[in-house]
Amino acid sequence: MACELWAGKLDAYVDGELPPADERAFREHLRGCAWCAAHSLELLQTKRAVHSAASKRFLPDASFRARMQKAFAVPRNPGRNFNWLPALAAVAAALLVVVALSFTYNRNRVRERQLMSELADLHVATLASSNPVDVVSSDRHTVKPWFQGKIPFTFNLPELAGSPFVLLGARISYLNQTPGAELIFRVRQHQISVFIFQDRAVGTVLAKEMARTELSFNVQSWSRNDLRYFVIGDASADDLDKLSSLLKSST
Amino acid sequence: MPLLDRLYNFAHWLTRNREEAEDLVQETFAKALKGFSSFQPGTNFRAWIYRILRNTFLTSHTGLKSAATVPLDSEGDNDTLLATRSTPESILLERLDHQLARQALDQLPVHYREILLLCEVEEMSYQEISATLAIPAGTVMSRLSRARRALRDTAQKMQRS
Repeated sequence: MACELWAGKLDAYVDGELPPADERAFREHLRGCAWCAAHSLELLQTKRAVHSAASKRFLPDASFRARMQKAFAVPRNPGRNFNWLPALAAVAAALLVVVALSFTYNRNRVRERQLMSELADLHVATLASSNPVDVVSSDRHTVKPWFQGKIPFTFNLPELAGSPFVLLGARISYLNQTPGAELIFRVRQHQISVFIFQDRAVGTVLAKEMARTELSFNVQSWSRNDLRYFVIGDASADDLDKLSSLLKSST
Repeated sequence: MPLLDRLYNFAHWLTRNREEAEDLVQETFAKALKGFSSFQPGTNFRAWIYRILRNTFLTSHTGLKSAATVPLDSEGDNDTLLATRSTPESILLERLDHQLARQALDQLPVHYREILLLCEVEEMSYQEISATLAIPAGTVMSRLSRARRALRDTAQKMQRS
């Protein structure tokens, strides 16, 4: 039996085109509806198959590329045909800049999404693990030295007394094959992971400071002293704000 | 020329022929340069240049032929779409493999092929696709949905035969 409620919107869902509220509602719905789950999977498979089958399937050959370069790219010696060449070159250059920018922007958006979902995975993996922490301690003076020699940088931890946050412990985490620190905090019944990596492990895809929601987790991130911090958890954005402020004040 | 490879890939998928794809890309660049003043800053550049390529294709010999042999289906009603969807049990068993997807895509009518390429290969948003194909945003989703269905149906038929 087709799912009458959502059948018409499955394509928009797999294409990431549902409005945020609808997407949340649909994710809820997916848990209980086998029809929608199976068909979303089918569509995702189709998307993937087309992408891998058709991307870069045909490449221009060298002689055509050279012909196009000659006809349209910015000439190296714009001495001849003085009247029209500079204008054409300027237009071509502008064209290339616009194209390059729009591609960089899109690529960054895709990378940012991948990065965020990877962090969400790391956080979930920690929550699901039977050994969520490698060093069990609520004492920041125990946790910080534990990282010595294990990660290629050091960082400061805030004083948590008087705040609703409790440090549960820490573990080594990896992002893009680079080691970093994962600190696990608790606020009421929620666990929050704080990831600290070197800026270069993350690359330049993220804004200096950002906050967003990924797979219904709240995420905040900022860069300070060449280190990139991520705070992620199902606690409220307000709680994450407070923890972020504490962390920022200690760096 | 960063866009060359992508436009060429798209052009080759549309024309299914190397020489025609080359001509199409060359003409697209020429038109884009000539008409650059008609590009409105702030609007989507990518959609603009893909639109030029696609319109150039549609008015070419091959384009006219492929458009003429494929009548556009009525769009907007999803009833028939739902009825033809397979059951969860059957779809979990079949997976679209690389080669089959390639062949099936090649056989699709051009209006399905182009929208799948724009969405899955160029990774355009519905809004960009709507601007590129000059169709309403609402039509983008229904056409994509049909195109995916058609692709799977074609692949299934090819597998059976």
